[in-house]
Amino acid sequence: MTDNAVRVLVPTGMLGGGFPPETVTRGLQLGADVIAVDGGSTDSGPYYLGAGVAKTARAAVARDMRLLLRAAASAGIPLIIGSCGTSGTDSGVDWVAAITREILADEGLTLRVATIYSSQKASDLAALPIRPLPPAGPLDPAVLDGCENIVGMMGHEPIVAALRSGADVVLAGRATDTALAAAYPLMRGMPAGPTWHAAKIVECGGQCTTNPRAGGVLATIDAGGFTIEPLDPAAACTPSSVAAHMLYETVNPFTMREPAGTIEVGDAVYTALDDRRVRVTGSRFDPAGQHTIKLEGARLTGYQTMSFTAIRDPHILGRIDTWAALLRTMITEWVSNTLRLGPDDYSFDIRLYGHDAILEKLDPSAAPPREVGVMLLVQAPDQETATAVAKVANPLMLHLPTPDMDHLPSLAFATSPAETERGPAYEFVLNHVVEVDSPVGLFRIHLEESR
Amino acid sequence: MRVVADLAHEVRSKNAGPFWVTLEIFARDADGYAIVADPAFLDEPVIARLYAIDDVRTIQIFRIPQLNVVKISFPRPVVQGGLLDRDIHAGQHHVPLALLPLPA
Repeated sequence: MTDNAVRVLVPTGMLGGGFPPETVTRGLQLGADVIAVDGGSTDSGPYYLGAGVAKTARAAVARDMRLLLRAAASAGIPLIIGSCGTSGTDSGVDWVAAITREILADEGLTLRVATIYSSQKASDLAALPIRPLPPAGPLDPAVLDGCENIVGMMGHEPIVAALRSGADVVLAGRATDTALAAAYPLMRGMPAGPTWHAAKIVECGGQCTTNPRAGGVLATIDAGGFTIEPLDPAAACTPSSVAAHMLYETVNPFTMREPAGTIEVGDAVYTALDDRRVRVTGSRFDPAGQHTIKLEGARLTGYQTMSFTAIRDPHILGRIDTWAALLRTMITEWVSNTLRLGPDDYSFDIRLYGHDAILEKLDPSAAPPREVGVMLLVQAPDQETATAVAKVANPLMLHLPTPDMDHLPSLAFATSPAETERGPAYEFVLNHVVEVDSPVGLFRIHLEESR
Repeated sequence: MRVVADLAHEVRSKNAGPFWVTLEIFARDADGYAIVADPAFLDEPVIARLYAIDDVRTIQIFRIPQLNVVKISFPRPVVQGGLLDRDIHAGQHHVPLALLPLPA
């Protein structure tokens, strides 16, 4: 296409999530100038950042990457992947880079691959000005040292730098979801307001359409605004489906902070061009006085062992809260007597699935349960202790009666052995931004030649 | 007894990052929206009670008539993925809001 517009193809909300091959074919037919895909998220919890491993299966990522690399090579357009390996740690970038090299060699493709690393050293960060984001408080420097992994969330600038240096494929560490789709249009001189707003709308692929499972979307950005359309001819974008995507996983649906400034969409106007394309105008991007990079960190909290039993006996179910309170007390006593461990040496949670496991005291329903799954989750400084506590609890989870029973019930363990060692457990501890002089300063860009 | 869910084609909840949860009521029509968007029915103290939130000032409510949507965000009471988090994606926390009885 030779008109003054940039077309961004987003085939799926997550690399490894899968998409119909036709979604890419259709996007190329419509003149896509760049393909952008998010490879990660914090949404599945702190484990992936803490352990530095991916949530997605290698084969699923390879399947998506093969289709995308072929498409990028055939059309001669850049491919941008962000937050590689779920958390965007250096290990995640290397993991996706290894998959990419394997496919390039296998397919006989010669594409220049750039990797952008976003892992941060606590010692490097300690010297920089760091501010909390709500609801966090000021940062205790010890928190940085206690993290297993820290990543900085890049904006579009490092990605643009990689593209300008000649990369065909950019494999970025942790990046804002929007930066991936915004980088190439911004590099081509498209206006910031429509570019960032379009990037936010397409970040989850087909989520902004009437059929989120039908494949990806194409955003066409130009001097006056942007147009969005689904790549499955049977799916549609409506002004509501597009505008509603600003609600998804956001605290504030009108204002979103990026490293370089703030996306403001409160005055945006969404207009149907026809029954499946939407035109958006009036989006703004306000550059910030101070460039900031958001930090994400995860610390090891201990090791966990899980045990799971289940109850169908109506007598116990009629007194399930009393039974669970007794179980808590008995576990604490038995662990104290047999393992000589006090409350500070370990912790545990008892969850009554089928009763109130998910909402606990917030649950609006008081109906008696038909059956209940009892999950015991133990956490301790080492795996052996966590498992020892779960094993001490085992006879109670098999035979504990309610106080009014004169016999011992036998409850329904779900597996043998009853205990499952879950390994290390982590928690997110950083909700802070670091003020930086250069938007690329915290990130390391490597350009490699394929073969 | 009629509840919020009866006026909506969807009530949903989700993480907004590891430290916030956000809820949305997608009302079926403008009439339903007028009921759930009325601050006399649904405001910060009501949300604080439904979700056992100590500091009412941390609750943000957005009323969006163009979409017939009421959106509510507040800090996650339990940080995502810890020992005591029973809903990693906060995807089932819409239920107390969805089952809130409507005004008589």
